[in-house]
Amino acid sequence: MERILEVKDLHVHFNTYAGKIRAVRGVSFHLNRGETLAIVGESGCGKTVTSKALLRLYKPPQVGIGETSQILYSGEDVLKMGKKRLQDYRGHQVGMVFQDPMTSLNPTMKVGDQIAEALLIHNKISKKEARTQAVEALKLVNIPNPEKRAECYPHQLSGGMRQRVVIAIALSCHPSVIVADEPTTALDVTIQAQILDLLAEIKEKTGTAIILVTHDLGVVANFATRIQVMYAGQIMERGTTREIFYQPSHPYTEALLNSVPKLSSKDKGELYSLKGTPPDLILDLACCPFCARCPYCMPICRERMPEETALSDTHRVSCWLQHPSAPAVGSLNNARKAGE
Amino acid sequence: MEQIPQEKFRIVGVEEGGTEHAARRQVGYWQDAWRRLRQNKTAMAALILLAVLLVMTLIGPNLTGYSFEQMDREAKNMAPSAQHWFGTDDLGRDLFTRVWQGGRVSMTIGLLGALVSTVIGVIYGSISAFFGGVVDNVMMRIVEILISIPYLIIVILISVITDSHSLGTLILALTLTGWCGTARLIRGQILQLREQEYVLAAEALGVSPLRVIVKHLIPNTLGLIIVGVTFDIPGYIFSEAFLSYIGLGIQPPETSWGALASAAQQNFRFYPYQLFLPSLMIALTMLSFTLLGDGLRDALDPQLRQ
Amino acid sequence: MAEKQPLVQVENLSKHFIVGKSVLRAVDNVSLTICRGETLGLVGESGCGKTTFGRTLLQLYRPTSGTIIFDGKNVSGMKRRELVSFKKDAQIIFQDPYASLDPRMTIGDIVAEGLNVHFSLSGEEKRQKAAALLQKVGLGEDYISRYAHELSGGQRQRVGIARALAVEPRFIVCDEPISALDVSIQAQVINLLIQLQRDFSLTYLFISHDLSMVRYISDRIGVMYLGSLMELADNETLYSDPVHPYTQALLSAIPVADPDLGTVRQRIKLEGEIPSPINMPSGCKFHQRCRCAQEICSRELPELREVAPGHMAACHFAGELSRT
Repeated sequence: MERILEVKDLHVHFNTYAGKIRAVRGVSFHLNRGETLAIVGESGCGKTVTSKALLRLYKPPQVGIGETSQILYSGEDVLKMGKKRLQDYRGHQVGMVFQDPMTSLNPTMKVGDQIAEALLIHNKISKKEARTQAVEALKLVNIPNPEKRAECYPHQLSGGMRQRVVIAIALSCHPSVIVADEPTTALDVTIQAQILDLLAEIKEKTGTAIILVTHDLGVVANFATRIQVMYAGQIMERGTTREIFYQPSHPYTEALLNSVPKLSSKDKGELYSLKGTPPDLILDLACCPFCARCPYCMPICRERMPEETALSDTHRVSCWLQHPSAPAVGSLNNARKAGE
Repeated sequence: MEQIPQEKFRIVGVEEGGTEHAARRQVGYWQDAWRRLRQNKTAMAALILLAVLLVMTLIGPNLTGYSFEQMDREAKNMAPSAQHWFGTDDLGRDLFTRVWQGGRVSMTIGLLGALVSTVIGVIYGSISAFFGGVVDNVMMRIVEILISIPYLIIVILISVITDSHSLGTLILALTLTGWCGTARLIRGQILQLREQEYVLAAEALGVSPLRVIVKHLIPNTLGLIIVGVTFDIPGYIFSEAFLSYIGLGIQPPETSWGALASAAQQNFRFYPYQLFLPSLMIALTMLSFTLLGDGLRDALDPQLRQ
Repeated sequence: MAEKQPLVQVENLSKHFIVGKSVLRAVDNVSLTICRGETLGLVGESGCGKTTFGRTLLQLYRPTSGTIIFDGKNVSGMKRRELVSFKKDAQIIFQDPYASLDPRMTIGDIVAEGLNVHFSLSGEEKRQKAAALLQKVGLGEDYISRYAHELSGGQRQRVGIARALAVEPRFIVCDEPISALDVSIQAQVINLLIQLQRDFSLTYLFISHDLSMVRYISDRIGVMYLGSLMELADNETLYSDPVHPYTQALLSAIPVADPDLGTVRQRIKLEGEIPSPINMPSGCKFHQRCRCAQEICSRELPELREVAPGHMAACHFAGELSRT
């Protein structure tokens, strides 16, 4: 499969007066053409920072990207792109959908004009043409009466409609990758389902690859091809959706899965909960970042970060429990056997 | 694979309370505001200048050995010299002494005026916003009526009624309507705050309205209040200067910067420094307060916190 | 619980807000009963009036009409003093752990705030009580002199719980207490709430849009839509046998964290968006989006009626419709 996007050793840090906050700490992954990759993690794990870095939406000096980091789009390093090329890359090659549809649209512009604006920047077309294409884009995201809706201001639309407009803007220049950062978090359950259906349908229709950033494992279960779980700026586990859900091999992934009550089960036992909170990212953390909350923590975990172990072609995990000297533990056992 | 001793692979589990402690040194709101204010060079320069001006108004009149009322017929309208650092006026009074003496009056009016109007404005605005509805409506209509009266009329009326031009009368006249702006500002802020969940939580606990205002609403508008005061002070100083200039303010032999400027204007052609020095003081003070206010507004804005 | 005694009885409660010249009917004629020691879940999408209902119940908003009876006493007719003692019995935990704690107060002062109103304690007694409460919610005593911004979201929510517990209430409205928290922290807070309910025999009204959490914590569940109660049933029945088309659609929209189950499950797609509560549709409020709507639905507002013992629904065809 063709790798359309490849991230190598991405480091992102924020310079604050309190010190350097290292939000992303050496993340490497790739995205194949036409697939859906989900980046899952809790707030502050670096998932949003990673996704914004893909479009180079950060500006120095407040934000720094590691010198050895590379983001390759079809082999071309995004971090080395010139201003002009970068503008073309954003939108034309990679589009972005933000979390909050309230703030990602300009309240003083008609939505049709906002889509047309994106088109005019990237294409040499007339205004009229841009308008027609904008209406087309609205049609693509299943907005009823697109001609009429194009004349609306954002506040005249509901949250779900607005998120559709945001998606239409991201899609307008036919990018080959869409980065969607928590696109459904601000929406209600029924609307969330509609938006997810829409994204799936668009993927089907246009063959766009999607990077879906979310904290909700439920959202990705039926949507993503592959999942990577992030914690404290690092990828703890990655694999196909089935591998992550049925053979979670990192205690953190397991905890994430178990701390959501199962709708299907009638079991009313105590909900599994992790103790404590994630570490402060201002710290250096030579150890495994999860060690302080991990029920299977071992002395080695507090000393060194484990290497990534491959359990299958697609399934990789960073955990000392995978080490041959490590004891076998309860529920993670099955996964370990499957990997051997 | 490298050898790692077996005892390192022994499950020890979670350390009690291992992660609950915040590792980062936490900075309080005021500490953080002060840090950001210090980074603002303009505001710090203004602050230092203000401190110098304030100290001079306190000690300035005692530095020369002349009293501000002491006339010297031999030394009328003298240019600045070693004897008289800022020169003398048409009655031979030492201008250096008079400028700082006048500064006392100007500063007092500025500070006291801002303080009084802020206290009244805060109380009025918070009551109006907290109770809302009819109370708010009536209270705000009163403010609008008061604001629409030109303060010159009030000043003239008050000086006629009380037949006095003292400092107290002047402050009374200026603050009589001066608090209205603050009241509106505070009302707006508190209307926002009262929807905050911590205010609802206090109401749910049965905390009395007065306590909610005093414990929750006012402390959380303190930043805004401080900025308001800083911007109010130059307004009062200027108003006083203006009133004194047109003869409605401080009467001789007491003086203020405005009165000094007013007295100097007749001889302005011949002795420009008599007008220039008090005007410079007014300008410097107003500018410093405004710049400091700008700095404080930036420093106290929680959205700019990093 | 041998016999269920009602603790909170709500009859025809309405709360209307005036927006400009029109009326926003946030809560529209809701009746329900909450029994001692149970957890009643209240679910619905944003803007359905569930939060307003909770707040009106606690007299944080003045009800437009209807009666609230708490422990046999009519709350609406209470004088100031009685109302203060009602507020000691009925408490609330808020959604946003960042907005619900006063940034200028120490944690100790926040927790002790209710103690000042309802108990006459010395400073030292207050401090001890606050420390004990913090201990109870899993925070150390050393948090007493800290400020809210030094705490993480989960820790703040614990402080909010301690504040409500301080006045020894019998009834707590939990208004989306976990929706602003991360998944792993949500479980901590839910477990804490359940444990506290056991220790202090509390009664909860648990408001949330997270249907799986509501199911986990509640004994009975009410579903709200546009200010009205659509269906009310015990936990098992509502999830296994919902009769209202809205409940059915809502349940089927929940994302399931299980790839296999998700593909098997049939989803009922809800078309369109929630109508504005200012221009309420005539008849059944849901009829424009309802897949089973018939002519009568746009004409007549269905009453909440009992379709099975303990199972109420507001639908003309409740009990007659199949699930798919």
